[in-house]
Amino acid sequence: MASRRRDSPEINAGSMADIAFLLLIFFLVTTTMDTDTGIARKLPPILPENLPPPPPIREKNVFVVLINSNDNLFVEDDYMDVKELRAEAKRFIGNFGRLENYSDNPQKAVISLQNDRGTSYEMFIAVQNELTAAYSELRDEEANKRFGKDFKDLTEKQAKEIQEFYPQKISEAEPVNLGGG
Amino acid sequence: MSKFKKNGKKVTPGISTASLPDIVFILLFFFMVTTTMREVTLLVDNRKPFATEIEKLERKSLVSYIYVGAPKAFLQGQFGSEPRMQLNDSYAKLNEISQWAIAEREAINEAERTLLTVSIKADKEVKMGLITDIKQELRKAQMLKINYSTRKGEIFTDRK
Repeated sequence: MASRRRDSPEINAGSMADIAFLLLIFFLVTTTMDTDTGIARKLPPILPENLPPPPPIREKNVFVVLINSNDNLFVEDDYMDVKELRAEAKRFIGNFGRLENYSDNPQKAVISLQNDRGTSYEMFIAVQNELTAAYSELRDEEANKRFGKDFKDLTEKQAKEIQEFYPQKISEAEPVNLGGG
Repeated sequence: MSKFKKNGKKVTPGISTASLPDIVFILLFFFMVTTTMREVTLLVDNRKPFATEIEKLERKSLVSYIYVGAPKAFLQGQFGSEPRMQLNDSYAKLNEISQWAIAEREAINEAERTLLTVSIKADKEVKMGLITDIKQELRKAQMLKINYSTRKGEIFTDRK
């Protein structure tokens, strides 16, 4: 018997690079690098109409932030620059009853954000950002005081504790027409 | 004559391309992992505002998108330059949101429906009137988790 040894022919790998290039170019073209980021908010549910009105909140516990159609910012009826908003919001939330016109404590503090139909989205986001920043700075401070870590490094249980201490209460009021001015 | 006579022509050795496929594959895998396919064709301008206090939207399958902005330049002849809302692949009117919300909710697993987030991708030039209307419609449709889509950047220095 003739011993037959079949040599399996080697596959030519020379075109592998071409195939890989083709795939690479496909993914390069279809890729969109932007990850979706944004400011998370929760809308209040629409309440049934025959519900009794909610218990009134003391006026000193409400921080009224108003943006008119010319993108001017008014805090508690006074004109304010956006750059000062963060510090002012922190002063309001972290007041603990010390000053007369600011909140009693963070759990009671409510930020009421009102905007006009003519307010630009950019300004609205800027204000939202500053308010969120005020809360996260306060949370960081508290987290450092209690656990010696930043808020984002806390365990789930610790984070919850801080969140309950500084609950983020930003209410986007029902739409109104404020006009310019 | 000279002692150190060069023998013959100088030959530059060819660069080996054997490792080229490996390099290309590494790039390929990188792009395969980071890629997200574009789901819709944008019909509106979408220059998102800047913000610093941002959160990542984690699970893409649980996010629905609403695009708001002025129609793109090549469509302005037909649709004007007034900001519009885009749902899926076409312009939509406000009263179409509730229909759309039902469809979006149906599309995902029942156990995870409460986690559904609506990402509002609005152009920075859009006026809040339209956004407020959209928010009201979303409230009516019981889509309460929203996310104002932004880019990462300083709001004061990166503006304009």
